[in-house]
Amino acid sequence: MLGALLVMAAIAIVLGAVLGFAAIKFRVEGNPLVDKIDAVLPQTQCGQCGYPGCKPYATAIAEGVSDINKCPPGGEEGIHKLADLLGMEFKPFGGETIPKPKAVAIIDETTCIGCTLCIQACPVDAIVGAAKQMHTIIAAECTGCELCLAPCPVDCISMAPIADTVTNWKWKYPVYALTASK
Amino acid sequence: MRTLYQFHGGIHPPTNKTQSNATPIVQAALPSKLVIPLHQHVGNSARPVVEAGQHVLKGQVIGVAEGHLSSAVHASTSGTISAIDQQLVAHPSGMPDLCITLIPDGRDEWIALESCEDWTELSHSELRHKLREAGVVGLGGAVFPSDMKLYSHKQKINTLVLNGAECEPYITCDDMLMRERAADILQGAELMRALLYAEEVLIGIEDNKPEAITAMRAAVAAGGHQKMDVIAVPTVYPGGGAKQLIRVLTGIEVAAGVRSTNMGVQCFNVGTAYSAWRAIRFGEPLISRIVTLTGNVAHPQNVEALIGTPMDELVGQADPLPGTTDYIMGGPMMGVLMPSKEVGVIKATNCIIASSEAIFPKALPALPCIRCTRCAEVCPSELQPQELYWFAKAKNLDKAEDYHLFDCIECGACSYVCPSNIPLVQYYRFAKSEIWARDASKKAADAARERHEFRESRIEREKREKAEKLAAKEKAAQEAKAAVQPAIAPVNSDADPENTLQLKIQTAIDHAKEQAAAIKPKNTEQLTPEQQAEIDDIEARRARIRELAKDATPT
Repeated sequence: MLGALLVMAAIAIVLGAVLGFAAIKFRVEGNPLVDKIDAVLPQTQCGQCGYPGCKPYATAIAEGVSDINKCPPGGEEGIHKLADLLGMEFKPFGGETIPKPKAVAIIDETTCIGCTLCIQACPVDAIVGAAKQMHTIIAAECTGCELCLAPCPVDCISMAPIADTVTNWKWKYPVYALTASK
Repeated sequence: MRTLYQFHGGIHPPTNKTQSNATPIVQAALPSKLVIPLHQHVGNSARPVVEAGQHVLKGQVIGVAEGHLSSAVHASTSGTISAIDQQLVAHPSGMPDLCITLIPDGRDEWIALESCEDWTELSHSELRHKLREAGVVGLGGAVFPSDMKLYSHKQKINTLVLNGAECEPYITCDDMLMRERAADILQGAELMRALLYAEEVLIGIEDNKPEAITAMRAAVAAGGHQKMDVIAVPTVYPGGGAKQLIRVLTGIEVAAGVRSTNMGVQCFNVGTAYSAWRAIRFGEPLISRIVTLTGNVAHPQNVEALIGTPMDELVGQADPLPGTTDYIMGGPMMGVLMPSKEVGVIKATNCIIASSEAIFPKALPALPCIRCTRCAEVCPSELQPQELYWFAKAKNLDKAEDYHLFDCIECGACSYVCPSNIPLVQYYRFAKSEIWARDASKKAADAARERHEFRESRIEREKREKAEKLAAKEKAAQEAKAAVQPAIAPVNSDADPENTLQLKIQTAIDHAKEQAAAIKPKNTEQLTPEQQAEIDDIEARRARIRELAKDATPT
């Protein structure tokens, strides 16, 4: 009887020690949910959600402070993904937030005065230039956040929607008429 | 006799090959213009190196290969470049792409070609470079740059499979090529075997092409080719799929997500072998190919057409019959509808079918899936097409991927047998392109996140560095000050801003005291003795009061 008790107690102590050690050794840094939400967000860093970037918005969602329908670049698909991830109901976009087609910024290089204000605004360093030198946008890196539009003192930046080409063309969802049998 | 293996499923649609393989290959007439797309291959688009108005010779490079995976594009005949612009191309999107329009001058004058008597003297990298410069790509339909497939450093290639199966109905271009130009194909096979260090060459031809089999066997014997077998394989659609043919010839099952080269097998179309040989031996770039003209035409036949020939001009040589609605590029199973009849022939154009209501009746309306699993029975990739359809239709892309959507070769056998007439392959193509687009945007988002985080940390670092710099500057200034005036207020020489303030106040007070001491009372000269006595008395009283005050303060 005593032997059995001792054995059980010893096992309990050993297992407890292992668990305790594992809890310290394999501790998860930060909130893993934030990273999961951040992975779903489109990373335009546009701030249209009211937060200064995708990560802060992800944090706000994880904390339950913000709604999941505040990200227009993510589209309705993004809301669906967030709803699935968080086990929430799908929520359509509110009145003002409307998703736009994906676009890239273009600098009219003849108008640009080289003020560097757009370079400071770009959240992903997609604008190349220096003071009093012409600036240009690296189209491949531009997320289409529009943050460079407002600071430009000469309004030389415009948004060009990404056109369909042979290379990025997608097969369409098959649509055919279902006819009732006569 | 070699043991042949079987692949799963397959169908037996009417072959419809006899219409077009009765007459020899004819050289197509020189067209009125050539519209040559710069992106005819897998990989990067070629970069144009000519200008509008420039005169070019036949075989001259008009687009150079750009980047690692790309292929060159050449002028198909001599003439004048009339435009370099966006034109409709032979692509299912029906979208324009960059093309070079060439107006032939009728002289068909070749540029000086660099022929090579003995290619074994050249290094393998030179040979691969020549193939790339000659624009040789896979002519079986995938148009993958051939030079990229002719490496053998990563895996040991034992077997080179030459694909002459041509399983798709209506198409006979490989059949005719093998009948008429067998010797050149085999020379190409030798070249490929050398580049791959492969031991044996297996040439698979479906047994509905007895003439081609005979011609190829005769050429093997006549050429004295060793370890090269021409094998008749059973006619089953899609027996010409690379994985299926490899399975039939070698018994090797190329698993999901694995390349055949990992299993020691590389596969090329017979037409590619022919073009590779012409490119190395005679220096001829890929400017023409054999095209089957069939369907709703009076004289179905095979022609050797220049790349860029407008399809309507080409089909015109086979006398199209009234009732032709559209052109299909490729076969009836995997072919794609052309957006226009005027699009130019590209390197992937193996067949043009003039379509009509009689040949291809309008598809019956699709009915709901009854889950009969006939599609699963015929699927050569051993997939579950009914499940893939289910997931693709519901846009459940992850699940479709889990069910190995990307192992689907889009052969169309499932749609062919479907009793509900469901356009299954369209769903798979839709799901595949959605997944590609999704993966691309995911990649872009990851890159954007990385750049954003880097920017944030950079700004943070800059701020910190600026603050540190400022602090260091301030400290240096203080030390310099302390070193210059240590005598004024040695007690208060601390860098502490409070002490500095006290120091200033103290200095001000001292200064005021000095000024006060400097002021002398007025009218103190020329005093009368009485006045002096009075003053002295007052001063004495003051002194006494001060004394008293001094004594009183401590208590």
